[in-house]
This record gives sequence, C-alpha cells and structure tokens, in this order.
Amino acid sequence: MATHHTSDYQTGELKSRDLSYPSGGGISYKEVNEDVVRTMTQTGKWYYLALAGAVSGFLAFWILPWAYQIYKGQGVSGLNTPDFWGIYLTNFVFWIGISHSGTLLSAILFITKTPWRRSIYRSAEAMTFFSVATAAVFIFVHMGRPWNFYWTMPYPNQRQLWLNFQSPLMFDVFAISTYATSSMIFLYFGSIPDLAAVRDRVTGWRKQVYSALALGWRGTDSEWHWLFKAYTFFAVFIIPLAVSVHSIVSWDFALSKVPGLAKTIFAPYFVVGAIYSGSAGIVTLMVIFRKAMKIEKYITLNHFDKLGMLLLVMSLLWSYINVVEVFTGWYANTSAENETLIYRMFTTPYAYMFWLMIFTNTILPLLFIFKKCRTSILACVVVSLGINVGMWLERYLILTTSLPRKFLPYMWHDYIPSWVEISMTLGSFCFFAMLFLLFVKLWPSVSIYEVKEDIGIPMRKGGGHH
Amino acid sequence: MSGFFERIAGKLKSYREPGYYTKLDHKWTMVIDLDKCNGCEACVVSCYAENNLPVVGKEECEKSRAFSWLRIERYVEGEYPDVKVKFIPVMCQHCMKAPCETGCPVYATYHNQDGLNVQVYNRCVGTFTCATYCTYDVRRFNWFTYKWPKPLEAQLNPDVSVREMGVMEKCTFCIQRIRAAKDKAKDEGKDVQDGDIKPACSQSCPTGAIYFGDLQDPNSVVAKLAKSPRRYRLLEELNADPSVIYLKRVMGDGNSSHE
Repeated sequence: MATHHTSDYQTGELKSRDLSYPSGGGISYKEVNEDVVRTMTQTGKWYYLALAGAVSGFLAFWILPWAYQIYKGQGVSGLNTPDFWGIYLTNFVFWIGISHSGTLLSAILFITKTPWRRSIYRSAEAMTFFSVATAAVFIFVHMGRPWNFYWTMPYPNQRQLWLNFQSPLMFDVFAISTYATSSMIFLYFGSIPDLAAVRDRVTGWRKQVYSALALGWRGTDSEWHWLFKAYTFFAVFIIPLAVSVHSIVSWDFALSKVPGLAKTIFAPYFVVGAIYSGSAGIVTLMVIFRKAMKIEKYITLNHFDKLGMLLLVMSLLWSYINVVEVFTGWYANTSAENETLIYRMFTTPYAYMFWLMIFTNTILPLLFIFKKCRTSILACVVVSLGINVGMWLERYLILTTSLPRKFLPYMWHDYIPSWVEISMTLGSFCFFAMLFLLFVKLWPSVSIYEVKEDIGIPMRKGGGHH
Repeated sequence: MSGFFERIAGKLKSYREPGYYTKLDHKWTMVIDLDKCNGCEACVVSCYAENNLPVVGKEECEKSRAFSWLRIERYVEGEYPDVKVKFIPVMCQHCMKAPCETGCPVYATYHNQDGLNVQVYNRCVGTFTCATYCTYDVRRFNWFTYKWPKPLEAQLNPDVSVREMGVMEKCTFCIQRIRAAKDKAKDEGKDVQDGDIKPACSQSCPTGAIYFGDLQDPNSVVAKLAKSPRRYRLLEELNADPSVIYLKRVMGDGNSSHE
C-alpha cells in the first residue's frame, strides 16, 4: 500500500519501480479498472461449462458418497483396526498445507514490501480460505458421528460437559477456526477499496451487493490510513498464526506414541511442507488463472521467476528435514521404528510412492536452479504439479505406513482405500474448483489499487511540469 | 534460587502422577499367568457374550474389523519340526498414563476413581484419535450399526448398553460387574472383598490363568502375584503404566520367554 513511484518529471516518462510489468507505464489506471471488472461481469461459455463441471463433480463425487457413508457408517471406507486414519486425514493435512502459502506468503511479502506480490496476492489469499474450507469439511467426513461435531466446541451446556484441552485435536479446533477467520478478514480488508471500485462501475443487483460489501468506502486519506493500519496488523498477526496452525496439525500425529508418527521434528517439517505445497499450488493456479482470465499482463513471467526461487528454497529445506527424519529414525535402531522405515521405503507399493515423492519433491525442483526453467510456463506446470503429487503422497505415506505397523505384530494390517474415499478425494478438488470459480466472478481477483501503485501516476501527455 | 526451580520441577512432576487431584478408590488390576494359558479362547467367547459384542462375519474379519475386545495373540517361532507357539491374551491395559485419554477432544475416554480407563459411548464423536494413539490396538470401532439376527437379540446382556454406529469401544474390565459388586457391598455396609469381582474372561478361564483384584489392597491375590519374579507388563518401555500384569511363561528348555 505504500506507494513508491519513480516518475521522471523532467521527461514526463513513467517508469515502473520494478520489472513486474515490462510494459512499464503502458497500462493505464482506467485499463486496470476495466480489466478487473471485465473478469467479473463478462462471462463466457467456458466459464459456465467449468462451473457446471465443478458443481456436478462436487455433488457426484463428494456429497453423494458422503451421504452414503453417513447413512451406512464409516465401514464403507477402507479403514480398519490399526489404520483408523487414512485418506480422509491425508486430504485434511494436504488441504491445510495448500492453504499455508496464500495468506502467509501475502503477509510476508507485504511486510517486506515486495512489489511482485501485488497482482497475485488476492487470488492466493482466496486460495487459502477455500482450501481451509475444504480441509475443514474433511474433519467432518472422517468423524464417526459428524452430526455431533459441535461437541468439540466450548459452549456452556446443561450437561456440564467440557472439552479436553490436553487433546491435540482440541488445539486443532481452535487453531483452524482462528486461521480460517483471520485469513477471511485479511482477504476482505485488502479487498475493500477494490469492492468500492467495482461498486462504482456496475449496475443492477451487483451495485447493491458491492455497495454493502464496500462499507461506504470513499477513499479519503483517513480511510486509507486506517485500512493500512488494520491490514498491517493482520499481516503481522497471521505469520505466527500460520506457523502455529501447521505445527498443531503435525501434533495430531506427533503427540502419539506410534512409531513413524511420534517425531519431534514433525512441527517444522509440516510447516515447511505446507509452505512448499502451498507455493506449488499457487504456481499451478496462477498458470490456469492468468490464461483463463486473459490477464497475462498482470501476472508475468517475472512472478513465476520469483515463485520458482521460493519453491527451490522450500524444496531444499523440505529435503533436508526429510533426510533428518529418516536418519534419526534409522539411527535410533528400535525394532518398531526400523519396521516402519522399511515398510515405507522398501516395501511395495509404498516404496514406489516414497521414491516417486523423493523424485518430485527433491530432484525435480532442482530444475529451478536455472532461470530458463523458472520463466518457462511448461516447466512451472510440470514441477508444481509434481510437487503437489509428491506432497500428497508424503501425507499419505506418513499415515498409511505408520499405523499398519504399530508395536504388536499380531495386529498389523494393511490399509486399502475404498471407492468412497477415492471418490471424496476427487470431489474435494471439484469443491475447491467450484469455490474458486465462484470467487473470480464475485470478487475482484486481482488487486486493482495495488497494481496501480506499480504502474505510476497518470499524467497528461507531453509533460509533467508542476 | 535453586530451591525455587526445584519446587517448580516437583510440582510439574506431581501434576502428572495418576491420582494427583484425588486419591483413587481402587486400582483394579488384572494378572494373567501365561504359564497357565493354553490359548483356548474361552475368555474371548465369554467376553462376546457378556459385553454384547457383535459377530461381524468372515468378510469384515478379513478387513481386520473383528470385534473382540480381548484377543489371543499367537506367535509362531521356528520351522516345522522345531516349532514353538506362544500365546498372549491382550485386552485394554487400562493404562494409568493412557495415550488415548489425552487424545480424545471431548473426554469420551477418561480415567475414573477406580483407576479404570472408561469409555463413554454417548459422548464419543468418533475422531479415532484414541484408537490411533493406543499402542496395544485394543480399541474397536462400530463401523456399522450391527444387528443381531432373531432370536439372538434376546440373549443380549441387559446390564451392558448396545452401542450404535460411529462410536469407539473397548474392554471395560467388565465395569458392570464391578458396579454390581460395589452396590452389593454398599448395601451390606462393607467394602468390596477380594474375589467379589470376576470379569467374564476370568470367570470362564478353564485353567484359572486370569486373576482380578485391587492392587491397593496389599492382601489381595493380585497384589501378591504382582510381586512375582515372573512379572512383566506389555510394552512397559513406552511408559504408559498399564494395569495388566503378565507372568512370564517358563518354557520347557528352562528359558523363560516374554510372549
């Protein structure tokens, strides 16, 4: 929000402060407004097709199987006696992980005043909110009696029942609800001036909706001042919050005694993994988003270059922690720990998944050492999709290779997911796509006012002498 | 100043002791003599009958969803002519520092005044945390609503609730029998005597391998057996402080074995 323009007053030429927009002053304020509002008001046939696909996928792959599961019981899943946590919790951690980059990245880049943040942060924050929502639904999906979910909320009741604050799951309830609320507020606060800009350019029902959402924004100095204060507060607040949320998610596993789950390194491992998969998610999403919305001039190759550097750093960090985890487990040389490691790394089919994960998460991102790869859309798509496949496998392996190999060999039993679980996994992607498609139509998905900060103050042609 | 830190450390330690807030009334303990166990599974059958456990059938058993609260684990050692088969009955160990109790977000499983690890079916929301955290894999989940074909529903034990779909359950040390014995003793105006309570498994064991009693009572059979040199507890190194004590089996060649 702090404006840093360098406009050469002598020549009247406008220069962008950074290289985000190679076209420099080629984009005008008016153009930004119109481009963004256009993404909301003009709807093509492909959009409706995509939305219809996402909604029907969501209903068919998620809602129907879930209804079936609620009616029949958790037995329709592949869960069994040692493997009580399977794909549902994998998906929960995966989606929480995806959520970890949007808001966190936006907040960090805001505080460090990084200019290339401006055109991508809005959709990244939306991604956070929607993936938290997807993850939250998986909590209910994995419960035996989801209709009693409100028992995990601290509310006064006649039965004088209270919650177990020792339970890591209880920490989770608070962490995730706080995170979802604050990332939603963060997204909303940052959007207010843009909602006002939209309000001023639309008619009909949209006018009424955006008038309400814009909270009477007029763009006075004091409004900008307070918005900046509030936004900075949330940016600072959200960084430790995001770190704590994924630490707590990791404690759902790490506070047990199960070999393969009870690891002290899990909290940083999960935080790094979350930022890693979330950044990869942003890259994938941005590629689709800029293409579909025809906003290539706002999300440029320079953005992919910077995100590629981030992915490379996160990949190295993730690989380091992964090596430490395996090494310390192997070095401890307890029979239970060894069994889990061998089961995970050298027993089919898990060995295939493990080494595929190592390939996609450790080796493939090394391509991003080269600027040529960082600025190639194809390389970005391949690597970021690879990372997300790998990160999903990581969470899957953590659960499905630890629980089937607990301490008493008599109870060892493999976990094979059922069609219900696989279907709901597909359905979650449809759900996420549905939310995001609705978002791009209903919300200014590129920050109008902050993109403007980058392109310089409009001047009359022929000179800027004051 | 050192006294200050020691006081804090002492406090922190004592908070973690079982019975810190209130002293336990009893400490129900089971002693299983593996020398006497021949793996006949009579205890398993009686547990099914006493606690209204559903029989789930072959397919569900193959998926590892058998309902037995109590199981006889069989371990086979060696190749054919020289084979040793070992048995160990495993049920909920009623750990004094139970991992499952810290896992449950809604207190559906907690430690009661008798030193028992109790499961409240009505409170359970089915997060599976207790079962995942359990190091003995003794918790059983109601994957479906199980039905008893007629006329078998007439033989259900009226003292034990029939659980619905979506809740976790496990061995209770036959808490209904403990309750009945305590009520009877209260009516008679005395304390529960050693031997008043016999869980179904203990009652049905043909060789009398399963003993049950109060470890806090120094004259009880279990308190005496607990001092045996053959005593050990399952996965004791995990520090969950289980309440089931096993007495090692002494093998024919004179070497005692764990399992």
